Formats: sequence, structure tokens, C-alpha cells
Amino acid sequence: MQFISDNSDLLWSAFLTTLSLAVLSGLVALVLGTVLAAMRVSPVLPLRGLATFFVETFRNTPLTVVFFFLVFGIVQLDLQFPSRFTAAVAALGLYTAAFVCEAVRSGINAVPPGQAEAARALGLGFGQTLTTVVLPQAFRTVVPPLGNVWIALAKNTSIAAGFATTELTAALQRLTNSNGNQILLVFAVIVLAYLVITLPSAWAIRVIERKVAIIR
Amino acid sequence: MSAQAVLFDLPGPKARRRQRIGTAVGAVLVLGLVGLGLWRLADNGQLDPARWAVLFDPAAGVPQALGEALLNTLYVAAVGMVAATVLGALLAVGRLSHHIWVRIPVTVVVEFFRAVPLLVLILFCLLFLPTVGLPMNPFRALALGLTLYNMAVLSEIFRAGILSVDKGQREAAMALGMRKTQVMTLVLLPQAVRRMLPVLVAQLVVLLKDSSLGFIVGYIELLRQARSLVEFFNFQFGNLYTFQLYVAAAVIYIVVNVALSQAAKVIERRTRSNAKTAAVAAPNDPTSTITPGAAGPV
Repeated sequence: MQFISDNSDLLWSAFLTTLSLAVLSGLVALVLGTVLAAMRVSPVLPLRGLATFFVETFRNTPLTVVFFFLVFGIVQLDLQFPSRFTAAVAALGLYTAAFVCEAVRSGINAVPPGQAEAARALGLGFGQTLTTVVLPQAFRTVVPPLGNVWIALAKNTSIAAGFATTELTAALQRLTNSNGNQILLVFAVIVLAYLVITLPSAWAIRVIERKVAIIR
Repeated sequence: MSAQAVLFDLPGPKARRRQRIGTAVGAVLVLGLVGLGLWRLADNGQLDPARWAVLFDPAAGVPQALGEALLNTLYVAAVGMVAATVLGALLAVGRLSHHIWVRIPVTVVVEFFRAVPLLVLILFCLLFLPTVGLPMNPFRALALGLTLYNMAVLSEIFRAGILSVDKGQREAAMALGMRKTQVMTLVLLPQAVRRMLPVLVAQLVVLLKDSSLGFIVGYIELLRQARSLVEFFNFQFGNLYTFQLYVAAAVIYIVVNVALSQAAKVIERRTRSNAKTAAVAAPNDPTSTITPGAAGPV
């Protein structure tokens, strides 16, 4: 148990890094994913094509490869993220946005057509129909899938460890090197830290789901 | 609802003109950005054909190395897929067991492995298991980690499938005098697997993608191979082929995964058009519109 107090600074900052990584990229993904979903159902064909291309590309690329390009690849374009942390946020955000888009789109498809027809009959345009009628209902139905995406994102932050971001998994690797005799304990502490993020999330999602569900 | 038709009116002449102008401006913007990127690349000499030729040059050994790495990737993914599917089915049945001393431990196992990041699992296999006398190498650690994580995820998929089978099926089988094992293996599981096939394939695509974590633990899969090729060439020629090799690895991944995803879509369409399952999944059922890749596996 000695090593926990010895490394409490490292563990705490690693935990905060993981948490902020997940929250920031989650916000990026939520905004971008919603915009992409709106693009995919929009009347403009090129917008649909662009969004579909984005989603299919990122859904079929391993997250490790996305990281790779944002960390090592874009240097060739004379671009550079200010820090590895921002690169990690960008990689996680872009990757997760594709999944958020698909979740939101499935929610849009689940809204009964009568809602949109009624909105149009009242004279609302596409943007108004989407933002004031369809999306609010869609978001209520996609709480569970969005929650799954969020939990998967929280776990995916571990990949940033391979790209020089000192979050929990990187702390794990460092601690196993320095505490070879207590590996099991090190793993237990790190897993516990992840569970501190994922288990309350799962509980919160259930509560929100029950609160906002539309019973049809 | 088919969103395209319902969310907006057919554009009239004015809207169409607006859309055309918008499209033109947007296309100019996008092409400009792409062009800027290409220009920067060309400026750095990255578009030099000689630099790309190395990817197809057997004398340099690049196609062989990448091909071998692709086989390594597919190999570890295949091992993981088979093991995870079998164990996942067993766990799903265990979690639905009538015996509490089976159900509770299985539930704990499934929930635990679902909650732990895959990379942590792989590192656990690689770093801890050797200390208790299990010899490990990156391949075994990767295959074991992929199996443990995905068996938990797949068991939940199977369980959802079994629970979604109409309860008359179980009752009818029971009434015919089948044992519980027979009901499960002869009646419930076949229907569950069939119904869950699209989600199952989508999860297997995820597994294939996750095999790229081998990069971090040092298994020679596509990404790691690209990296070591880069290091090898850097040593000889300087920073000449870096970008090209990484692009090649990424393109191979995307092609393989898109192929698998398309297979998943075809399977889904076939299951949907099948009369037996189509009768169960009513078209307006919201759960049936949440397609496999849509939300579940990330």
C-alpha cells in the first residue's frame, strides 16, 4: 500500500487527465456528432455526402491509427497540435463524433414521421423542424446509446497512454515498472480509478433515461 | 421514418438555386483545403512518385512486410473472434441460468470485463500473468485481452438475443418435454444468434480494429510493422518514407474494415428480409431502427 501514498500526486493528476480528456473530447464529439447527424438528414446532397464520408472513414479506422495521424502524420502538413493532450482530445473527439452521429441519426429515425410532417404543415423550415421538433425528441430516445458511447469513450482514453499523455494507463505502466513486486495492487488501483468514472456514469444514464423517456 | 422525405419539402426553384450556390461555394472551400494540404505535402516532397513507389517495390521488401503484418493482424483477430464468440455464448447462457451460484459469478465476470479498458486488460495479461508463472508474449497477451473483453461484450449481445426470442418458443419446447439444455441449444440460441447476427458482426469489426492496440504492447501487427519499417528506412535514407508507410497502413485498415462492415450490412438486409424474423421486428419498432454500427459497439 506504500506506493499509493508515495505516488498520490501522479495518480491524482493521471486521474484528472483521464477525466478531462474524456469530458473535453466528449463535448467535442457531442457537438460535432450532432452537426454531422443534421448534415446527414439535410436536403443538400453534398452535405449528406460529406458527412457520410466522414462517418464511414472514422468508424472504420482504428482509434490507434487516428491518434497516429494526429500525433505523427500532420507534421507533414506543417501543422502541429500545441500539446499531446490537445492532439489526444482531437483524436478522441473526431473518432467518437462518428459514433455520436450514428446514435443521433438512429434517434432522428425513431421520431414518428407525423411530428416532422406536422412541423412542416405549420410552416417550419428544415432547420426549425430539426432543432425545435425532431432533435429534442430524438435526444430523449438515444440516451442509452449515447451513454454507451460515453462509457466507451471513457475507456478509450486509455489509448492516449501510447502517445505520451500521462493519464491513468500511462501511470499504470510507470508504476508497474517501479513496483514490480506489487503489480496486482497497481492494477487494482488503476481499474478502480476507471470504475470511479464508468460506474456512476452508468447509474446516471439509467436515471436520465428513466426521467426523459417518451413512452409511445 | 425515412428522414430524407419527411424532414423537408421538395426544394423549389429558389431553394434549388440557393443550394447550387452553396454547393459551389462549399466545394471551392473543401477543394481549397484539400489543395492546401496537397500543396503543403508537395512542398515537403511527400507527393514525389518515387517515395510512393517503395510501397509496391518487392525488392525493398515493403509489400511483403505489410502483407505479413496484415496476416498477423487478421490472425490475432481471428483467434480473438472465435474464442470470444464461444466464451460469450457460454457466459450468456450462464447469466440466464436458474442456479444462483452460476448466475452471480458469471454476472460479476461479465460486468467486470466490460468495465475495464481493453488496453489495461492487455497490459494486465502481459505484465501480471508472467509473475504467476504463465509465460506470455505480446501475441498471447493481445489475443487473451481481446478475448476477455469481447467475450463479455458478446455475451451481453447473445443475452439480449435470447431474451428477445418470443417466450412461446421456450414454452412450446418445454411442453414438448425438452430439457432446459435442449431448449437453450436447440430452440433459443439458434434464433438468438440469427437475430443478433448484424450486431455480432459489427462487434467483430470492433475487435479487428482493437487489434491495432498490439502497436502499444509490441505485437508486430500492421501499425507496429509500419512503424518499424519507418525506423528501418529512416536509418538508411533519413525521414523519406514515413508519411507514405503510415498512409499505407491506414488505408489497409480502412479497406479491410469497410469490407467487413459492408458484409455486416448485407447480412442485416438478408436477416431483415427473412420472413421469420421480419414478422417479429415490426418496422416501426424503435429498437429495430437502431442499427448495429449505430450505437452499440465503439
